[in-house]
Amino acid sequence: MSNLFASGYICPLDKNNVDTDQIIPKQFLSSIERFGFEDALFYDWRYLADGSPNPDFVLNQPKYQGANILLSRRNFGCGSSREHAPWALQQYGFGVIIAESFADIFASNCLNNGILLIRLPADTLNCLFVQAEQRSAIWIIDLEQQRLFSDDGQSMSFDIDADARERLLNRLDFICCSEQLSDRISHFEQHRSAQQPWLQGC
Amino acid sequence: MGLSLYQKIYQRHRVAALNAGTDLLYIDRHFIHEVTSPQAFAGLTQAQRAVRRPDLTFAAMDHNVSTQKRTLDAAGETSRIQLEALAKNCAEHRIPILDLTHPDQGIVHVIGPELGLTLPGMTIVCGDSHTSTHGAFGALAFGIGTSEVEHVLATQTLPQQPAKSLQIRVDGTLPAQVSAKDLALTIIGQLGTAGGTGYVVEFCGSAIRALSMEGRMTLCNMSIELGAKAGLIAPDEVTFAYLQDKPHAPKGAEWQQALADWQSLFSDEDAVFDLQISMDASQVRPHLTWGTTPEQVMPIDASVPAPDSFSERSKQEAALRAQHYMGLQPGQPLLGLPVDVVFIGSCTNSRIEDLRAAAAMIKARKVAAGVRALVVPGSGRVKRQAEAEGLAAQFLAAGFEWREPGCSMCLGMNDDRLEAGQRCAATSNRNFEGRQGRGGRTHLVSPAMAAAAAIAGHFVDISQENWA
Ligand code: SF4
Repeated sequence: MSNLFASGYICPLDKNNVDTDQIIPKQFLSSIERFGFEDALFYDWRYLADGSPNPDFVLNQPKYQGANILLSRRNFGCGSSREHAPWALQQYGFGVIIAESFADIFASNCLNNGILLIRLPADTLNCLFVQAEQRSAIWIIDLEQQRLFSDDGQSMSFDIDADARERLLNRLDFICCSEQLSDRISHFEQHRSAQQPWLQGC
Repeated sequence: MGLSLYQKIYQRHRVAALNAGTDLLYIDRHFIHEVTSPQAFAGLTQAQRAVRRPDLTFAAMDHNVSTQKRTLDAAGETSRIQLEALAKNCAEHRIPILDLTHPDQGIVHVIGPELGLTLPGMTIVCGDSHTSTHGAFGALAFGIGTSEVEHVLATQTLPQQPAKSLQIRVDGTLPAQVSAKDLALTIIGQLGTAGGTGYVVEFCGSAIRALSMEGRMTLCNMSIELGAKAGLIAPDEVTFAYLQDKPHAPKGAEWQQALADWQSLFSDEDAVFDLQISMDASQVRPHLTWGTTPEQVMPIDASVPAPDSFSERSKQEAALRAQHYMGLQPGQPLLGLPVDVVFIGSCTNSRIEDLRAAAAMIKARKVAAGVRALVVPGSGRVKRQAEAEGLAAQFLAAGFEWREPGCSMCLGMNDDRLEAGQRCAATSNRNFEGRQGRGGRTHLVSPAMAAAAAIAGHFVDISQENWA
C-alpha cells in the first residue's frame, strides 16, 4: 500500500484564478500558530455574512462531506504568498489538489507541506468535473506510478516534476537536506565576502 | 551563447546542485515581517536551530500596524501578539528591525530600497509575494512561504529550479498622465494573471529606461499579478544615482568596486528568452480594473465588457460573477461612476513620486462630499519628505486623511477596511473579492487617477482637460 498517496472523493470547485485571499481571508493571518485554520478555509464563500454556512457553496453540500481531493481550474492559488492557504486546505482534509495549473509560490508552499498538486489538461478536467458533480467514484492516487484510478474502473496518468515526486514520496525534511551542505555554504560565503565585500550584513 | 540577466544572477548564487533540476541558491538579503514569520521562528526553536546570518536578515513591522496610532495594540489584540512576537524573535536572534517606534518604519518593499538594503545583483526573498518589487534594481527577488522563510533563516539558502525567461520590451514614450501603474495594468490585461507563471520577466526598452526608480518598482511590484516568479530591470545610471548615498549602500572604494560589478548586470545581446513580447508605450491609456482579478482591466474610456465577448466559457463565467460582485453591468462606462473611498498607498504606489502625482491632481480643490480619502505613505522617510515638500499640507487642506506608514487598506488587516458594498479607487495591487474588506469593491488605479476620483467623487479621465 506504500505507493498509494491518497484515496477518496473529489470536491469540485469550478473556478479559474482561485486566489489565496479566497482560500483564507486576511483576518485569519494574525495567528502565530501553524494549526487551527480548517474552519477558516474559503471563509467568505463558505459562510454567509451572519456566520451561518452558505448552503450554495460546494464544501457545504452534504455529498461532498469528507472529500479529500479538491478539483479546480486554472491558476489555482494565485496572489499572496501566505502559507496559511495550504495549511487551511490540509487541515480541512485536502491532501491532493487537481487543477489545470497552479501559481508558483502556492505550488512551493504545497510541496513543503506534503500536499500533492496534480496538473491535468482542460479536457481531462472537464470529465473529472462531470463525474465529481455526481460524486460517484472513489479515486486512488498512486504517486509512484503517476496514475489516478477510480473504484469504477477508470484510470489516467499525470506528469509531475521528478524532484517534487521524490520529496513527496520520501517525505524529506526540507531543511535537513540543505544543512548537510553547510560546508559548501560556508565556502560560498567566504568566496562571496572576497568578491563582493559590499554585501556584508548590517 | 550569451546569458540573460536572470541567468547571470542565478548562476552567481549557485552553492550546489541538489539533483538534476534543482540548485541550492545563496540568499543575499532576507526581509521578514510579522505575519509570515512567527511559525518559521517557532519551527527553528522546535528543531533547536539558529539563524545562520542574522546580519543578512532584516525585519519590518508593516502588515497589521495601525496607521492612525503608533502603539502595538492599536490594531487589536491579535495584531499586538504578532507584532510582539516579531520583536521578541528579532531580539532573541539578533536580527535588525525597524519597529513601530523607529522614524524610518514602513512597508518592507518601500524601506528595503530606500535604505540601500536592496542592491543590484542580489538574491532577495521575503515571505510576501510583492518581493518582486526589488527586481527594479536588477536583483532576483521573489516571495516565499513560511516553510521557506524557516529554511532561509536556518541556512541562508533556498532550493530553486531555473525559471523560464520572458522579455517584455516597451519602447516609445508614455503619454502625459500615464504612469508605470497603467503600463503594469495594460500588460496584465494583455497577458492575464497567469501569463507569467513559471517565468522570470525582464522588462527592457526605452520606455523602461525612462522610468524613475519609483516607476520601475511599481512595474516590478505588479509582475506577481502576472503570475511571474520575479520581475527584473537591468540596473543603469538611474539605479546608481538612486542608490548613491543611501544609508546601507556601499561607500567610497567599495562603491566603485560595486559599481564596476553592477555594470555587468544586463542581458547579453545574444541571450535567448523563452518568450519575447514588445509593446508601444505611446498606446498606453490610464487604466482601471472592473472586476475581481487584475486581468479584468480596461482603459478609463472603455466600457465594462459583456461576458460573452470572452471566447472561453470559464472567462465568461468569471466576468459574470465579477460584475455581479462589483455591482456593474455589461456595457456600462466607468467614467462618472461614483466612489465611496479612495486609498492611496501600498507597496505598489506609496513612494514620494506617487504622492507627488496624486497631490498634483488637487489644484486647490477639495475631496468631494461623501468620499473618504486616505493617503498612507509607504515609510517614515516618504512621510517626512512629503511633509517637507508641502504635499501633506495639500492633502490635508483638500480633506484627505494623512496617515502613518503601513500596509493599511491594501489588505485591511489593521483597522482600515471597506464596508460591504463600498466602492474604492485604490492604488494597491489586488482587487480580489473581499481583499479590502468583505463585500468591498476595489478598482485598481494609478495615484493620479485615485486622487482625481477623490476630488471629482467619481472616476474621471485624467488625460482630458481639467486634469491634465
Ligand atoms: S502593501 Fe499590500 S501588497 Fe504590499 S506588502 Fe503590504 S499588504 Fe502586501
